[in-house]
Amino acid sequence: MNNDTMQLWIDSFLQCLAGLPLTLGLTFVSLMIGGMMALPLSVMHSRKTTWSAKWVRMFAFFFTGTPLLVQLYIFYDGVGSMDWVQNLMEVPGFNFLREGYFWVLLGLIFNTAAYTTIILSGAIRNTENGEVEAGRAYGLSAAQVMRHIILPSSLRRALPAYSNEVILMVQATALASSFTLYEITGQAHRFDSTNYQPFVAYVPAAILYLLITFVLVQAFKALERKYLAHLKPRAH
Amino acid sequence: METLNLVAQYLPRLLYGAFLTLMVAVISFVLSFIVGMVMAQMRLSRLAWVRWLASAYSSVLRGVPELVWMLLLFYGIQMWLNQWIEFFGFGQIDINPFTAGVLVLTLIYGAYFTETIRGAIMAIPSGQLEAGIAYGMNKWQVFKRITFPLMMRFALPGIQNNWLALSKATAVVSIIGLEDVVRVAQQAGIVEHRSLLFNFLSAVVFLFLTVGSIALFRYLDRTYRKGIVEVRYE
Repeated sequence: MNNDTMQLWIDSFLQCLAGLPLTLGLTFVSLMIGGMMALPLSVMHSRKTTWSAKWVRMFAFFFTGTPLLVQLYIFYDGVGSMDWVQNLMEVPGFNFLREGYFWVLLGLIFNTAAYTTIILSGAIRNTENGEVEAGRAYGLSAAQVMRHIILPSSLRRALPAYSNEVILMVQATALASSFTLYEITGQAHRFDSTNYQPFVAYVPAAILYLLITFVLVQAFKALERKYLAHLKPRAH
Repeated sequence: METLNLVAQYLPRLLYGAFLTLMVAVISFVLSFIVGMVMAQMRLSRLAWVRWLASAYSSVLRGVPELVWMLLLFYGIQMWLNQWIEFFGFGQIDINPFTAGVLVLTLIYGAYFTETIRGAIMAIPSGQLEAGIAYGMNKWQVFKRITFPLMMRFALPGIQNNWLALSKATAVVSIIGLEDVVRVAQQAGIVEHRSLLFNFLSAVVFLFLTVGSIALFRYLDRTYRKGIVEVRYE
């Protein structure tokens, strides 16, 4: 490999690296807000018949039943071009509505909120009845049982499924590159369009994603060892 | 009324787009299932290097976003192929987005199927397979008559998940230019200044696909559950 090629690879890698903070930032913010939304939503979702459960079910059905890309188009092109939103953009302080960031984040947040709701509500419904009965026997109210017993236990048991969701969210942020955001994929795309070297542009991006995935897998393994220790098969 | 006319005007293109989406999804599904079967056998091989190869394949393919694979293969392979062809003095080749999309989705979801099928094969009680061997069946017969039908019951929930994820992942092929329902709708939305309406229509196509698939899988589940006595709780 001659010097020029080497330099090209280094440039490409550095440019992808410049997109890393945005990739991590988008993932982190959407997971945080989406996760906070999912907590009350999953409690409603786990109830079978209430009207709020029906609405949450519709929400989850829509956001897990359609591609994220379509959801992003709905927010960015669709909602973003509505008259009242266009008017709102003119109002000082609402400039952020012009940028891709806001709409992409909105899409990512709703998407992860829906998937997390389903994961969590599954864990809530699988709570051992004995745990709930023990709480009631101690005189806890239904809300206290939810707060002190069902939720802590469900959050732990949801960990393996949630780790998948986190990794899929990192990968989902790649779609932001179609909405003028320069995260890892966006930077790689930019490098390709200036240098016409698709391999040199996208291989470093792929390696970065692999590294993020690897770190996350290890981190979640450690978390599971800590929080799911009580569920490990015991030696007799 | 005006809205209805507008939708009617685009309906043939939207329907053809939906057909392309379904084709990409179904072809990639069948191919990735086959890839997954082969790779799952490799992951359960007695040879360490074969196991390592299959597990490297599945980790690398699942660790990178679909879009990045798509761009890498679509633009990368195209350029690489054309450099070779130029070298031999032929003209240009264009890989079309359809082929590139099917190829990438097959490779990625092949990796997901590897894990699903491996888990399902491992869930089969080994006595079942030993019984087959004891009857004098050869490896292929054991696979066809015992491993495969028994495995399907354990694999079905995973297969359903993979299929649902795969059918939604076809949307990404629109970014490299396939005129699927997502792209037709998005562009119609921009041209007609009705983005909310048109993108919502493509969302509805996927919702129908999801509902239809769930019904189909419920039927398959009953088929592969034949002869299984369920423990009933409550």
